[in-house]
Amino acid sequence: MNPTIAAASVLAAALAVGLGAVGPGIGQGSAAGRAVEGIARQPEAEGKIRGTLLLSLAFMEALTIYGLVVALVLLFANPFV
Amino acid sequence: MSVMLNGLTSFHFLPLAELEVGKQFYWHIGNFNVHGQVLLTSWIVIGSLVLMSVLATRNLQRVPAGTQNLMEYALEFIRDLAKTQIGEKEYRPWVPFIGTLFLFIFVCNWAGALVPWKLIRLPEGELAAPTGDINTTIALALLTSLAYFYAGFRKKGLGYFGNYVQPVPFMLPFKIIEDFTKPLSLSFRLFGNILADELVVGVLVLLVPLFVPLPVMALGLFTSAIQALIFATLAASYIGEAMEDHGEEHGEH
Repeated sequence: MNPTIAAASVLAAALAVGLGAVGPGIGQGSAAGRAVEGIARQPEAEGKIRGTLLLSLAFMEALTIYGLVVALVLLFANPFV
Repeated sequence: MSVMLNGLTSFHFLPLAELEVGKQFYWHIGNFNVHGQVLLTSWIVIGSLVLMSVLATRNLQRVPAGTQNLMEYALEFIRDLAKTQIGEKEYRPWVPFIGTLFLFIFVCNWAGALVPWKLIRLPEGELAAPTGDINTTIALALLTSLAYFYAGFRKKGLGYFGNYVQPVPFMLPFKIIEDFTKPLSLSFRLFGNILADELVVGVLVLLVPLFVPLPVMALGLFTSAIQALIFATLAASYIGEAMEDHGEEHGEH
């Protein structure tokens, strides 16, 4: 195995997950904040808000998971080695 | 890459704590290499689903109890899901498809997390959730693609292609790209989430074998249930989108 490629792959995997977590983190935070605001304003709608929030959180989480998939491919099924 | 893999796998303290990624138990059928462990677990899942349905419908009561009650609850849940996504008029023929997707993925995910597969030793690879294998999820996602094309063509004939230039012809390239990104994102989302769950639990078990991984396992159960729900919801909404009339109002997606 070429050590340069190995080092680059490990670094790229770390960057893929790390940077991939930033965007969804911000998004999830703002979504959860808005949901709390909504619940505070209208406590009787809590059930509905929670359902929608969980669904949209899962969508945002999927973005990080894409980064994770790329990282896993780089670590365990690297096409360049 | 086997060096990195060895670095990870050589870290086991307990016989139960090992990490394996990308090791498969191959069956050679004709010219094909088949992932045996995925086939085994998915047939176990299918078998248990069939068994449950037979048990629930064998002796139907007017006032449901036990298994029948559970399955009626599941059916109502799936029917509501399909109704909200596809619409009151068209949803009925799609309930079996959406329901199959939801139940199969849900039982696969939970079976991978709850059943102690480690007790069964395979020559290579290990039994786990079938949805943690990219081939399963891609098959499910391509089936969804076929389903929504079928729904569109059946409802509108060749007029389905009109969807591609609605509401403005400028959207055409994006709509074509969407046909490819839909199955891609469906399959990667499910695969990534399930594999990530298993890996996180695996890594934690490597570090602290007792008690500490339990909350993460519970979180994994929760996310895998949500992923099944998301897959079914998205499949239903794609089908609904393909059958949508553009004269009427646009429902939320």
